[in-house]
Amino acid sequence: MSLIPSDCRECPPGSVEPEGVDRRDFVKKMAAACAAGVPVVLGVVGVPGVNGQTVDGERYDPTMHYYGMGVDPAKCIGCGRCVNACKTENDVPRTEGAFNTWVERYVIRNDGEVIVDSPDGGMEGFPELADEAGIRKSFFVPKLCNHCANPPCVQVCPVGATFITQDGVVLVDDDYCIGCRYCIQACPYGARWFKEEKRVAAKCTFCYHRIVKGLVPACVEACPTQARIFGEVEGRATPLARFIRFNEIDVLKPALNTRPKVYYANLDGEVR
Amino acid sequence: MVQQVPRLAIVFTIAVAILLGARQLLIPPTFGEDGHYRAAAVDSIAAHPIKYAGRQACELCHAEQAEVRLAGNHRGVGCETCHGPAAPHVQGPLDVKPVIPDTREFCVTCHSYNASRPTGFPQIEPARHNFPRPCKDCHDPHAPVPPVTPGECSACHAQIARQKSLSHHAELSCAVCHEAPDTHKDAPRSVRPTKPQTRALCGTCHAAGIEEGPPQIDLESHGVPYMCWDCHYPHFPETR
Amino acid sequence: MQGFIYPNEFELHWSLLIVLYPYLTGLVAGAFILASLERVFNVKEVQPTYRLALLTALAFLIVAPLPLQAHLGHPERSYEIFLTPNSRSAMAMFGFVYAWYLAVVLLLEVWFDYRRDLVGWYQSAKGPKRWFYYALTLGATDLSEKSLKFDDSAGRWITVLGIPSAFLLHGYVGFIFGSVKANPWWSSVLMPVVFLLSAIVSGIALVLVLYMVTTMARGKPVNMPCLDRLAQFLFYAIVIDLSLEILDFIHRLYESEESIEILSQLIEGRLFLSLIVLQLLLGTLVPFVVLGLTTHSFRPKPLIQVPEELRRMLFLLSAILVQIGIFSMRFNVVIGGQLFSKSLRGLTVYKVEFLGIEGLASTIFLLLLPLFILWLLVKILPPWGEEPWNQKPSEVAAIQG
Repeated sequence: MSLIPSDCRECPPGSVEPEGVDRRDFVKKMAAACAAGVPVVLGVVGVPGVNGQTVDGERYDPTMHYYGMGVDPAKCIGCGRCVNACKTENDVPRTEGAFNTWVERYVIRNDGEVIVDSPDGGMEGFPELADEAGIRKSFFVPKLCNHCANPPCVQVCPVGATFITQDGVVLVDDDYCIGCRYCIQACPYGARWFKEEKRVAAKCTFCYHRIVKGLVPACVEACPTQARIFGEVEGRATPLARFIRFNEIDVLKPALNTRPKVYYANLDGEVR
Repeated sequence: MVQQVPRLAIVFTIAVAILLGARQLLIPPTFGEDGHYRAAAVDSIAAHPIKYAGRQACELCHAEQAEVRLAGNHRGVGCETCHGPAAPHVQGPLDVKPVIPDTREFCVTCHSYNASRPTGFPQIEPARHNFPRPCKDCHDPHAPVPPVTPGECSACHAQIARQKSLSHHAELSCAVCHEAPDTHKDAPRSVRPTKPQTRALCGTCHAAGIEEGPPQIDLESHGVPYMCWDCHYPHFPETR
Repeated sequence: MQGFIYPNEFELHWSLLIVLYPYLTGLVAGAFILASLERVFNVKEVQPTYRLALLTALAFLIVAPLPLQAHLGHPERSYEIFLTPNSRSAMAMFGFVYAWYLAVVLLLEVWFDYRRDLVGWYQSAKGPKRWFYYALTLGATDLSEKSLKFDDSAGRWITVLGIPSAFLLHGYVGFIFGSVKANPWWSSVLMPVVFLLSAIVSGIALVLVLYMVTTMARGKPVNMPCLDRLAQFLFYAIVIDLSLEILDFIHRLYESEESIEILSQLIEGRLFLSLIVLQLLLGTLVPFVVLGLTTHSFRPKPLIQVPEELRRMLFLLSAILVQIGIFSMRFNVVIGGQLFSKSLRGLTVYKVEFLGIEGLASTIFLLLLPLFILWLLVKILPPWGEEPWNQKPSEVAAIQG
């Protein structure tokens, strides 16, 4: 009888160290090569992601993962690097009404009035506030698809062109979507948009093409303040699990029972 | 049997047979393998080319810069946050060079003063802060520190300083209420200044019996059991 | 734009074509339910409209999926809805509900009802026309008494089956909107019921207009008892529809949920003309008062005795106003539901374009298309029952004079 639980995500039964390549050795060699001024085309030899390998060099197994994202509004400085990176990484047109992720600014005045803005999705930052005296508080909130565990968009898709993957990511099948836009109507978060170029619904993919290669989503890579934390929802020893354990966590519009997997730390009640 | 039934039955049977046959032919091969979707779609999405190589890729060659960066205040900032998407550069290090944004305009994307930014995040007034010298003249972008350790708390805590300067507490220095270890200036988030813990501290000035000066209250009865700052914001004390 | 909207809400995703879709489907369901009055509930007065109502339902049903199809990003992929329907999606059921209604209910009922005539036309016509009608009979040319009796009872049973199907067809359209929990303007259990009732209202009104227009165009006298009965049913349907909509309104106002503020702004601002003026005042209250006063609704005699000529004009006017009202209702649901941000913090604007696939021009075209198809159907399958084999001997004698 084995003492190792068979469903342990961190240590899949039968997993072995990749043979042949010692990665640390490789890094040292590369560094030496670079220091010696030898140009090396890294793409052919094994930089994670660039040629389709994962960090471990193993084939990606979606059943071993379950992804989510933590967002800490208190760390967001509204610089818009995430929005920019996302547009670049995912070829999102830089037009109005096309955002996989965006940043909102909340300004709560002393009389309780709430003013929200998101010029260009916060892509180029935010203008300074005109009247600071009457303000109770102000903060930024990064938004993106919540990759709900109970996603209304997937529920309404008539043909099965949008779906949850085994690793918990909500995706759109560009070659199968009929473009009815019911999913855009059904998303309570305004996270979906219509890609004119392909005439299909589009959305955040958690940079699926990156995460299967062991990289983090582009917005996380580009965030200078770690306001976004990407990782495994399950298990304890992951950055996201730690983030969830050590913060007061809220999700957006919990009453709709969409069960989002984007977790906000210490979220103000005015955010929706 | 009447004539109508068999005639209709034939028509309906033919129609249904054609539909079912077409359906069998047209359903995509991988549909339904993992759920109600085309499993092949996942692979084609995963095959999308990457643009941001990730900081690990940069560090393979640029180990020196990485070491500097990881020891400094930009330790959490990825290389491509400033240098832009670098996957093409990783593919062809000599063919494609990443951008080097060494203008003031780029740094103020994050570091210009904005009241909505979190308190404590280093922010400057671009128009006043050593205009028009490029930031890198004084700050190493990979490990930025102020050239001289700020003497004033307001260098970082601009928002509080502004508010306090308009309040009745304008004349009080931060040190009256807070003790800030020197190391706080190097590691602002891990070494925190102290905050007042007792009502007695406010009582130093506001307790009854002290002549001439700020508004006075009876410490024993006023607002018990709350702490003073539960009602009054010390950086901008409201009286109402 | 006013207040804050999510950046992706910059554009409306469902436009005039999607307004048209529930409007057309509603007319189908309404016209069919009117037809069933004669067949199943034995309301003999409306018999002159029976076949016209059936053909109207058929003509509009043929056009109903076209606006949906035209609106798709990939119309050429729409067959996927039959291939891999998502059993959890309300919209996926469309293909099946539609196919059921078209093939099993409407076509079958028309076929059984017309079979005697089809055989008659086949036997009396010459040339290609003869073979065309023969093809339509599917070769079932038996006119024995047993056979005709079978036609009649099969037609009756299909109508019985058709009533829940009509409810399903349009209730389902309401469910597509009513089940969107993300949208407080749509999300309501009453939505399918309100859609259904408004469908009945619009269907009766449409057949009333068509009946008057076609009868006058053929230079025949309008059957006044029939018209009175139609107007009376139209009035009843309006009463129930109005009550339900008011119930929905009061319920929302009384519960006063998170969304109430933005919805109030929506009604007072963006939707004032189309909701308060067109839908409520002109489209509902005016016909309600006119019909309430001039039909036999409350007592054996109408509240106000109006001469026939004027009554016809009033009925026609009411029916046309009802059409405007119901179209506005579809507009207010579909467009209104997209005019406010799901952040509940702002309103956006809808600009109607004239040309283009989703523009005003194609909407008008799709509104006229079913009338053209109806004209064709009436040419192929005259619904007036004036063929010699349809006349009772006494009437034949009367005509021959």
